[in-house]
Order: sequence, then C-alpha cells, then structure tokens
Amino acid sequence: MTLVRHELKQGRTAFIIWTAAIGFLLAVCVFLFPEMKGQMEDVSDMFSSMGSFTAAFGMDRLNFGTLIGFYAIECGNVLGLGGAFYASLCAVGILCKEEKERTAEFLLTHPVSRRRIITEKLAAVLIQITAMNLIVYAVSIGSITLVGETVPWKEIHLLHLAYYLLQLELAGICFGLSAFMRKGSVGAGLGLAAVMYFLNLIANIAESAEFLKYVTPFGYCEGADIVDNGRLDGTLIIIGMTICFVCIFIAYLKYTKKDIH
Amino acid sequence: MDAIQTRSLTKYYGKARGIIDLNLAVAEGEFFGFIGPNGAGKSTTIRTLLGLISPTGGSAEIFGRDIAREREAILQKTGYMPSEAMFYPGMRVRDVLKLSAGLRKSDCQREADKLCERLQLEPSRKVDELSFGNRKKVAIVCALQHRPDLLILDEPTSGLDPLMQREFFDILGERNKEGATVFLSSHVLSEIQRNCSRAAIIREGRIIACDSVDALSRDSTKRVTVHGHVPLEGLEGIRDRQDADGTVSFLYSGDMNRLLRAFADGQVSDLTVSEPDLEEVFLHYYETADGSREAVSEGSGRQTGSTGGASEENQRTGSTMDASERSRRIGSIGDVSERSGSQIGGTGKSGFGKAASVQKDCGKDGEEL
Repeated sequence: MTLVRHELKQGRTAFIIWTAAIGFLLAVCVFLFPEMKGQMEDVSDMFSSMGSFTAAFGMDRLNFGTLIGFYAIECGNVLGLGGAFYASLCAVGILCKEEKERTAEFLLTHPVSRRRIITEKLAAVLIQITAMNLIVYAVSIGSITLVGETVPWKEIHLLHLAYYLLQLELAGICFGLSAFMRKGSVGAGLGLAAVMYFLNLIANIAESAEFLKYVTPFGYCEGADIVDNGRLDGTLIIIGMTICFVCIFIAYLKYTKKDIH
Repeated sequence: MDAIQTRSLTKYYGKARGIIDLNLAVAEGEFFGFIGPNGAGKSTTIRTLLGLISPTGGSAEIFGRDIAREREAILQKTGYMPSEAMFYPGMRVRDVLKLSAGLRKSDCQREADKLCERLQLEPSRKVDELSFGNRKKVAIVCALQHRPDLLILDEPTSGLDPLMQREFFDILGERNKEGATVFLSSHVLSEIQRNCSRAAIIREGRIIACDSVDALSRDSTKRVTVHGHVPLEGLEGIRDRQDADGTVSFLYSGDMNRLLRAFADGQVSDLTVSEPDLEEVFLHYYETADGSREAVSEGSGRQTGSTGGASEENQRTGSTMDASERSRRIGSIGDVSERSGSQIGGTGKSGFGKAASVQKDCGKDGEEL
C-alpha cells in the first residue's frame, strides 16, 4: 500500500482541481435549471430548428423542460467530458512518469516487483476516479435537493454509473498506453478522450456512422438512450469493459518485461 | 559465495552495443572498483544487475541469486545510488527517505537520522530546492539507511564537495569493515585507488583488465623522471613523454638495461623511478585505437590472474600524450568552459549557494545551467 499512498499524494492537487471544477460546473448547471425551466418552450423550439446539432447531443429526444432531460444533456456533457479528461490524464502518465521524470532508478531499485508496482498504481488510479465520482455524485444530489426538485433516482444512478464506466474504460486504455510510452503522455490522454467524444457526436449525426457507438465509450453514456430505455446498453458496456481489461492485461505484459531507461 | 558474478553477460540496445561477454566476480566483503570512461558500459552493467534492463545474453547472480528470477530478494539486500539523483517533485527529504524505507517494509528512521547528521542534510528541505550535491546526499541516505549487504554506487561523488566526499568514503569504509560489499563505478581513478582493493577496467562494453588495484598499478611500466641530458632517441617503450626545464618524465616499459646504458651515456643530475599510478595504467588501456584489439585480448587473459605488462603494440608504439589530452581522455576532471576569455572558478561546500550565485549572475535557472 506504500505505493498507493504515494501515488495518491502525488495526484492530490490534480484530484482536487478536477473534482472541484467538475463538481462546481455541475452544481452551477443544476442551479440554473429553475430559472431556465420557464423558458424551455422557446429553447426547445430553437433546438428543434437546429437539425443535426440537436441530434449530436441527443437533444432531439430529451425534454429540456424536465430536470432529467436538462441534467442528461447539460450535466452529462460536463461530467462526461470532464470525467473523461480526468480519467485519461490520471492513467496515461501513471506507468511512464518514472522514465519521464527520471525517477525510475529510485522506484525500480527497491524490492518491489513490477507486478506489484502495476497493481498498486492501477489501484491508485481507480481510487482517484471512484472518489471523484462519489464526490461529484454527492454534489449533484445535494444541488438537485437544494433547488427543490425531486431527485429522479433511477435515471441519475444510471447516468452516473454510465459515466463511471466510461471513465474506467478510458483509464484502462490509457493505462495500457502508459506502459508503452517513455516520455510525453498528457497529449495522448487528452487526445484520446476528445477523439472518443467526437466519434460519439458523429455516430449521433450520421446513421452510416452508427457503428462508432461500438468503438467509443460515450456510446453507452447517451443520456437520451438511458432516459428513454431506463437501462444501460449491456452489449456496449461488455464491449467497453472487455477493451478496458484487455488494455490493462497488455500493460501487465509489457511493463513486467520493459527495459526501463 | 561471490556477491556479484556475471557470466558472458551481454546487452545490446537494438544494434547498439551495451556490454559484451562480461565476466566478473566480486567476492563478499570486497571494495571493488569499476572503471571506464563515459559510454564504456558501466551503467549498463549496473542497470542489468539491478533488473532495470534485461540482458540480451548470459547470466548474472547476486549473492547466488539469479538477477532475472529473484530480483526482489536481491534488491532487499542491495543499496543503489544512481549517478543522477532524481526524486518525485514536491516531496521533502524526510518523505523521500520514508518512502524508500516503506518500499523496503522496514523502519530505518534511526539510521536515516544518523546519516543525515553526518552528511549535514536537512530532512525538512524540499527535494526540488536542493542543489545537485545535496540531492546526492539524499541518494546516499536512501542507499545506506537499510544497512544493505551490497552497495552499488554509480559515479557517487560527482557533485559532492571534498569534505563530503571524505565523509562519504569514511561511511563506506565503515560499512565495508562491517562486512558489506561495495561495488563502486567511477571514472575518478584516485578514489578507486584510495578505496578499492580490486578493480575492473571496462572498455567498449568489455572487461579489459580485472585485478587488485595494487597489481593493476604494479605494471612493469615505470614512471621515470630524469634531470639532465640523456639520449633517449631510439629507445623503444617510451610513452607519455613530458619535457620541461631540463627535466624529462616518461613512462617506460622497454628493456631496462638499454635505458641504464642511455643514462650512462648521458649527463644525469637526478633520477627518480617510480610505480605509475592507476590513472597512468588506465590511460595505457585506452591510449591507442590501433592497439584496442590487442589490449582487449590481453586484458581477457589478465582476468584469470595474470599481471603481464603493457601490450606489445603499445610498447612498440611508445606514443606520448600531453596533459590536456590526458584530461580529455579521462574526463574525470571538472569540465571547464573552453571558450576564449577568462575563466573564474567558484568553490564551496555542497549547499553553500554556488549554483545560486551563478544563476543570479547569469540570469539563468538551474536547468539551463
């Protein structure tokens, strides 16, 4: 657990900044809802005239005038994109930072097996992502309660669970990448999260690109689908989690045999 | 049982040479020196022994344990000090030492306190704010605080002021007397000669000589310094000749009778014949590119205990080398700017603000310097 504690300390500042930023934006969105609720008819008319743009964000199928419709779109984007960036950043540098910062000779000359290093670093990533999601969830529930709205528990749980799984999948992919990299990694992590996000927008706009939903984890985080169906898409999640586990497995294979420079 | 034993240990980085067929045996309790210039393969050897990189061929054991299969057990008994002391940003010295002890699952607080006191290291300082010399001290404490049976030190004294170097070697000497094996990699020959009982010389990835430091220095070559006029022309086996103010100094590995006859034919007012120091022996192994193969093959023979003289090729060549060339080849003397204009030196103990003064005067940060 020494390494887990060390990694958590190392990532403390980033954790606080990202959690505070996502939580704050989420709370601001929720606090805006009562004011916007009265204007939603005009807003809905405006969105309906925007064609593919509304489809891209799932706004053609969600009612902006209800809390859950508003939450799934506005808060979904904040937590979806923010959480994806944080999870990717958290994982993409975790295995290669010793080589980048030239601290590998310090860590890897202690009597700790490579497998244990990977496991403890992975645990640190999971703890940070889980803690961020729990805090953001609490902020979200608290904000909804404070504005006097009824909490739509089932939909909120499903949405937050979907975003948590999305973050786990991206973190798993980035963790795998981290085992192969030696230097710069931040760009790769942010780039991957952004590409996945835009792939989902494309899949929403063009019918011929719908297969992209099987590629991007944002595919199973589509608020409109979750609210409409009242459940998550099991197939997409199984595919996503399989990708996640395969990437983590590859990280173990690579890092245990890697020459550390 | 040997503390370190390598058998044909080889490492290639793609097609680039790291180390080739390295055969080395370091007995338990030895203070062993590992000498070679930059890029010779010293760090590759150490990194392979510590499991940071995998060998391309051959095998190695530390305390009878295979480096590939029993890495954790080996590292539990080993203390390592890297040439570059880098630590995680934002940590204080005490946190680094605690992390190191925690990774070893041992409580090293008392020993760490003792070492910090001897090395004048403040545990409350942030590692980011430390000078290079003080970061080296942190690395020393990390390597020693768990009282390891084997110490592997890669260029440990670079950045340490002379007083700290002396304290550091005092500590190493104490640990060695208590039974610890010390494997000291360096290109500062004087510290190998002062502290080590045996040493190996590595060149282009191969061990070219391995013997006691005394035996390596007790080459048949002699340093001859003569005042007066002596006809040295035609004498074979003269190297590193330096002439100044009626005095000639040279390394001689030729026929001693011919040299005495040359003295008899000349006018000698004073004569000194002495053993060459390790630095001169080291240069002998590195001095001619043409003689490299011969030196390697001869060196391989010496690993089995022979203490033969300089290679015939080198004896024939009798090449000379001036002081600046020697400095360039050794590379152990502090680097000095070669730009034209005056050069101003600065001296002081580690942490006395030498780097900060230069940064202030030059308007640059430490990284750029």
